[in-house]
Amino acid sequence: MVMAYIRAKKDLQEYEEIPGISIKYDEANPMRIDLEVCPNEGLYQGGKFKFVCEVPEDYPNRAPEFKCLQKIYHPNIDLEGHVCLNILRNDWKPTLTLQLVFAGILHLFLQPNANDPLNKDAANDLSKYPAQFKRHVLNAMAGGYVGDEKFDKVVDYPDRRYL
Amino acid sequence: MATFLSRSGPFTDPDYTPEFGLESLVTSKVLVLGAGGLGCEILKNLVLSGFRHIECIDMDTIETSNLNRQFLFRSSDVGKSKAIVACEFVTRRLARRGLTLVPHFCKIQDFDDDFYSQFSIIVCGLDSIEARRWMNEKLVSLAATAGRIIPWIDGGTEGFQGSVKLMIPTITACFECYMKLVPVQTTYPLCTLASTPRLPEHCIEWAHELEWPKRYPDMDFDADVPEHVDLMYQLAKERASQFGIEGVTKAKTLGVVKNIIPAIASTNAVVAAACCHECFKFVTSCADNMRDSMYYNGETGVVCVSDPYDKAADCAVCASLPQDYVIDERCTLGLFVAGATQKFGLQQPLFFTAEGDLYNSKKPDAFATDIPVVKLIPFADRVAKVQINIVDSSTPSTLKLILKVQ
Repeated sequence: MVMAYIRAKKDLQEYEEIPGISIKYDEANPMRIDLEVCPNEGLYQGGKFKFVCEVPEDYPNRAPEFKCLQKIYHPNIDLEGHVCLNILRNDWKPTLTLQLVFAGILHLFLQPNANDPLNKDAANDLSKYPAQFKRHVLNAMAGGYVGDEKFDKVVDYPDRRYL
Repeated sequence: MATFLSRSGPFTDPDYTPEFGLESLVTSKVLVLGAGGLGCEILKNLVLSGFRHIECIDMDTIETSNLNRQFLFRSSDVGKSKAIVACEFVTRRLARRGLTLVPHFCKIQDFDDDFYSQFSIIVCGLDSIEARRWMNEKLVSLAATAGRIIPWIDGGTEGFQGSVKLMIPTITACFECYMKLVPVQTTYPLCTLASTPRLPEHCIEWAHELEWPKRYPDMDFDADVPEHVDLMYQLAKERASQFGIEGVTKAKTLGVVKNIIPAIASTNAVVAAACCHECFKFVTSCADNMRDSMYYNGETGVVCVSDPYDKAADCAVCASLPQDYVIDERCTLGLFVAGATQKFGLQQPLFFTAEGDLYNSKKPDAFATDIPVVKLIPFADRVAKVQINIVDSSTPSTLKLILKVQ
């Protein structure tokens, strides 16, 4: 059997629930995992962010790939859903596990990082205009606009509560 | 070869006889994996060394860019099977009594245990890590479950560097044990690609990973379509000129998106020679084999060393070999799980096959534990046709069981 499959099964079996993350996958296909990140503190608190994690055929020699399924306003996630997280690219090591990279994704929401921007406008706001950044995050999470860009609603309460 | 094999030397095994060496050479069956850069050299070397029975597997067809180093092919062969053309060429050019070369134009995964079991030794010149890992698992499992130990010699090159590994399944380190030495492929942080490109590679990867899907959402990039490569090159070039970066060329674009590693004919020749030399020594016993692995670097000066390499204690393939596990015909899933959990000292195990989960101790209610195991997985002649894998936090490796009914 393919090593990547067995390793993914092992990672998932040893996965210990992380508060703020729920995962779903088909037991016969551990190579695709649906992830919902619900940060329980910080600016993104209250949002439900959906990601898909794809485990490559040469895992763990190559890092799993993540994509955000919603259009969200975040300095390290672009409008197409690409994620910039060091351990998913240049700092990947085969000894890392799915547990650790899931925690890494959650960490991006608890501590967005202006130094590794994928969404340059958001990173600029975060580093220079924190109050405006906070407003933009809340607007975007409620499904509103930031500049000309309309974002996906990721919160449960009625639209535009924060506007 | 008779002259060569009939002389003894200081390193010759005391039990060695010239008759044995010659007899082994002409009767052994060698399987060559890959008929590309290394494969062409290996096939030629093995026949010239006196091997008589050789089979060769390669799933690829000949491309124009192969012709500079894959010397068994001519431009009229472009588009034909590498395995078939290579075997025909060698048979024609080096025809001798008793020589049989059998090509197989397919994947190594197309063959079963019986096929592989017929070979005395395998020489491998593949370019894919995945294919070698598959072969490794197959050979380790043949050794562990059927007692059929087939040594294999793996050659690999990357530009001016190359390596050779001699692996004797279950006895020496296996290919998976070496995996920790395989460098993780170079990747660039996405934010560097998006915001602060400095290298031509950054521009090409930006075009490849970020800009292409945006610009051409309905067209999946295919590196084998020249128009796609042209478009990608244009994207990367625009990006580079925006940031004042030099060095984005079409060749570089193709190299980055296809992850092409330059192949050097002389490196292939050195590595293939070492592979065949080890194969010759192993089969004839005329001299000792190297210990485990050889590394060649012709990049700065020439460095060539051989190194012992130990089995990895946490190897996913050979640290825990498939083992027989005998059950009663009426043994239920629950009894089997309880028995295995106790026997192997498991904590929170998951039992699964290639088809899916058999039992997960984290979700005990999701499985009907009163059903006999023989009804849950397919058996033939009282032996399970699928392997049961067990992962558990108590062990870094995977337990593999072959169930047998008493």
